Amino acid sequence: MTAAAKTPVAARPAASSVKIRTQSEEAWRRFRRHTTAMIGLIVLVFLVAAVMLGPLIYTASPLKSNFAVANAPMFGKFIFGTDDLGRDMLARIFFGGRISIAVGLFAMAVSIIIGTLVGAFAGFAGGWTDFILSRFTDLFQSLPAVPVLLLVTYLFRDEAKKILGRELGIFFLIVGVIGALTWMTTARLVRGSFLSLKSREFVEAAHALGVSRLGIMFRHILPNALGPIIVAATLNVGGAIITESVLSFLGVGFEADWPTWGSLVFSYKDYIGINNQAVLLPAFGIFITVLAVNYMGEGLRDAFDPRRGR
Amino acid sequence: MATYFLRKVLYAIPSLLGISFIIFAILSLAPGDPLAEFGANPEVPAEVRENIKKSLGLDQPWPVRYVKWLGTLSQGEFGFSFAARRPVTDLLSQRLPQTLMVVGVAYIIALLIAIPVGVLSAARPNSAASHIVSLITMVGISLPTFLTGLILILVFSVELGILPMIYDTNIKLDSLDGWGKQIKQSLMPIAVLALFNAGAMTRFVRSAMLENLPADYVRTARAKGLSEWSVIIKHALRNSLIPVVTLIAINLPGVFTGAIITEQIFRVNGIGELLVTSVQKSDTPVVMAIVFIYAVLVVASQLVADVVYGVLDPRIKFA
Repeated sequence: MTAAAKTPVAARPAASSVKIRTQSEEAWRRFRRHTTAMIGLIVLVFLVAAVMLGPLIYTASPLKSNFAVANAPMFGKFIFGTDDLGRDMLARIFFGGRISIAVGLFAMAVSIIIGTLVGAFAGFAGGWTDFILSRFTDLFQSLPAVPVLLLVTYLFRDEAKKILGRELGIFFLIVGVIGALTWMTTARLVRGSFLSLKSREFVEAAHALGVSRLGIMFRHILPNALGPIIVAATLNVGGAIITESVLSFLGVGFEADWPTWGSLVFSYKDYIGINNQAVLLPAFGIFITVLAVNYMGEGLRDAFDPRRGR
Repeated sequence: MATYFLRKVLYAIPSLLGISFIIFAILSLAPGDPLAEFGANPEVPAEVRENIKKSLGLDQPWPVRYVKWLGTLSQGEFGFSFAARRPVTDLLSQRLPQTLMVVGVAYIIALLIAIPVGVLSAARPNSAASHIVSLITMVGISLPTFLTGLILILVFSVELGILPMIYDTNIKLDSLDGWGKQIKQSLMPIAVLALFNAGAMTRFVRSAMLENLPADYVRTARAKGLSEWSVIIKHALRNSLIPVVTLIAINLPGVFTGAIITEQIFRVNGIGELLVTSVQKSDTPVVMAIVFIYAVLVVASQLVADVVYGVLDPRIKFA
């Protein structure tokens, strides 16, 4: 974000009594005042730390079954109880959370990279490039996302497993497909920012200095267009976690022995009324993560958009 | 107006062709054989397998099959289901009513909640009630539909035992009793979808209202001495509805695909459920038909959104 500040700050008159803040400092200041967004951030940091560090402290196996203690209740010998095969639920939640959050982050990265590239070239080049890329974006926007996701993950899962191995194959297939079907909003936002930024003075200055077109696009314009991209990225993480859980719920997600929060809900859904915590805890994991992400997205949007001044 | 509409429809056709081509290509290029179950069976001799393939038209290259599929489509047909060995349209006409009923009722309920709640919470943006509304709607859009569904099942089916957990598809609608049962079993699927959509819609209405309320024309209306009620309803709401209607139309396909999950939870035999089972059976013609229907929904609702936008906002010229 440091580059984001270069041009606008240099252009501002430096009054000695006023502390000059860079754009990112200003955004962070506004974000911090957004109480719910800060709570969202703290909850998210806590959740990520818990699923990452939890297994180091709580060393029960997420996969070892023990029928003697099947369907144990919560807060007894096991903090979150056990499932139908007597596997430790807390360990499974940790394991599933790691994968769910990893899916969210990787899918977000794929969609942001595609969206930024498409949007940047469309907005910067204009003309025919813009026309073709925009129609391409429209076409993807019109694809019914959930059915296509279901179809592609089902049809290509065996192939992906063959190429990348059982777990990684599914992981990259799901991450890739979610990313490939969710980049359109980012592309539109980035195209819009590039369209308005490319005629600004600092771009003209860079042209005059002989900076290459790619250099102008990615080193000069892109840092100034980061605000909306960061907002979209945040919301995409939540969206991808939900989408992965939907795929699991439709039976085309990860294998049962590689649990995610979504596949845990799916595999225990018929135990509702018998072993409620096994079904509801992973579902609550998804809910809390998505809620935190949505609140953060709201705060970031306000922080990056000065017109929404608060 | 007519030419505007016509041009929009003409724009929609190439995108439907593009989408159907992409889906057809995915289905055809995917590894795996739709006749795998015959292939795995050693009892089926090779020439019989070839004949089956030929009778289903699978011996031709896929671009040829795509053109043929378009030909069938132009006659309003979707071909034959591999698994059910019946016309796909038969299957669809059995399944569509359930989906349309659940989705339609849920959408109307969501609207009936969203508009008044959104307007009232925007009218007093700093009141406690307004903060509670934003909290509830945020929870609403963050709750995955399967969690809402499971909680409802736990409360109303398992604990209270007043609503059926699984949708019964054999209820005859010829008596009052039958209708009662039908309504009872539709309550939870409808509630899940309605809650989810009401959250998102209330947020649209609220933010559209918040954008309009500080506008000059609202101040003028107040200065004229109009009642607060008429300022909000007749002036601010009318203008706010323009973006809201667009968003509501654009979101409609999302409700249908959201219904896939709801149908899965409650075992409603709608087209979402048919899609999931057909994908698992590699029943390509059925899958192709359903995904195409979803695509038509997406494109048609974008079209409706464009047209309604034009009708509601006189500044849009139908040039």
